[in-house]
Amino acid sequence: MLEKKKYTIAVTGLNAIDSPGPGIPLIRALRDAETFNVRIIGLSYETLEPGIYMHDLVDKTYQVPYPTAGIDVLYDRIEYINSIENIDFLFPNFDAELFNYIKIQEKFEKELKIKMVLPTIEQFEARHKVNLFDYGKTHGIKVPFSRMIFTPQEIFPIAEEFTLPLVVKGKFYDAKIAYTSDQAVQHFHKIAAQWGLPVLIQEYLRGSEVNVCGAGDGKGNLIGAVPMRKLYITDKGKAWSGVTIEDEKLIEITQKLVAKTKWKGPFELEFMKTSEDDYYLIEINPRFPAWCYLPVGAGQNQVESLVNMAMGNEYKIFDTYEVGKMFIRYSYDLIVEMKEFEKISTIGEL
Amino acid sequence: MKIKKNIALSDSGFIFNPSSGDSYSINPIGNKILQFMKDDKTEEEIIQLITEEYMIDKDTVEKDLYDFKNMLKSYKLMD
Repeated sequence: MLEKKKYTIAVTGLNAIDSPGPGIPLIRALRDAETFNVRIIGLSYETLEPGIYMHDLVDKTYQVPYPTAGIDVLYDRIEYINSIENIDFLFPNFDAELFNYIKIQEKFEKELKIKMVLPTIEQFEARHKVNLFDYGKTHGIKVPFSRMIFTPQEIFPIAEEFTLPLVVKGKFYDAKIAYTSDQAVQHFHKIAAQWGLPVLIQEYLRGSEVNVCGAGDGKGNLIGAVPMRKLYITDKGKAWSGVTIEDEKLIEITQKLVAKTKWKGPFELEFMKTSEDDYYLIEINPRFPAWCYLPVGAGQNQVESLVNMAMGNEYKIFDTYEVGKMFIRYSYDLIVEMKEFEKISTIGEL
Repeated sequence: MKIKKNIALSDSGFIFNPSSGDSYSINPIGNKILQFMKDDKTEEEIIQLITEEYMIDKDTVEKDLYDFKNMLKSYKLMD
């Protein structure tokens, strides 16, 4: 029998905290891969990201510069890491870092032989929260009315137009419901201070939130898609528990979207399902979500398929999954030696 | 109106709606009624079966069955 290939895969998003990054579940999916073995290189921003210290999952971690440092600084750092680790594939997992990675993708592949599967810059920009309303129109998908604003004064006429409550959203993260215009102004200031301008004001829809974790091949085909309903959310709105659901309509909408946009790479679609069974697209996240290990449990290792696709291997395309599979997150205290913390803090490697 | 075909109902009275991800627990009589409904029994047949098995009058069963069906409807468990 042929021995399985071993890939060195670099992963960001090791912040397995109460608002978790997708890195750790993604690494679990990679470790569950049946077609290859992996050496995992963690790429961290903060010294207290739990994944840095999870040695059973992450083989070695390197600190990387914040996205604001720019593309050249990122390239230099990855070039250095690659000179030691010889990375085959890299999974960026934060919205805020994706722009840099998309821009640098070609250079990575050409000069460092590092592969990534990412949306194009056009796909990435078009699905941005601030453009989502037009995006929905273009692709025939319902999207709640929304407006970008730059000053709090703009809230008052919008509140009359949309009727209260409203959702106030940051351009990268955060969403707060405002029941009065004054509350919307407060949220505006808080969100603008943290995430910058513009701030998005969105129509509030009543219903239940359903999300899809999936991946596209860049030619209009789905590699896999699993819908999930959150069963329990934290005060930050993050799923603490969820269950896979049977929803043909949702899969159909996902298929249509991927076919029309020729989406390449992983994605998470967030929908609001109203009591009339209408689906409104709330957000498209251009990366795997933090619950991307649930699809593995439900029979779709989309992460493994994406790696195989990028490496030019045969890869599975999934069209079924197990309904009623649940995930329940838990917290766990790692005991860490000061020496380890010292190492990552001072030399930026562990 | 019938119970949706994809609704999973266990012997212990645990219901899982795969379309919404919601789950419910019902008591033994509710469980029995749901089983009757899944077996395509008519309302009259269900009332008959319950009154035969329990010491209860027909009107009460009819009223309770009506409430129970409305509850199932509100939880979107019926077609």
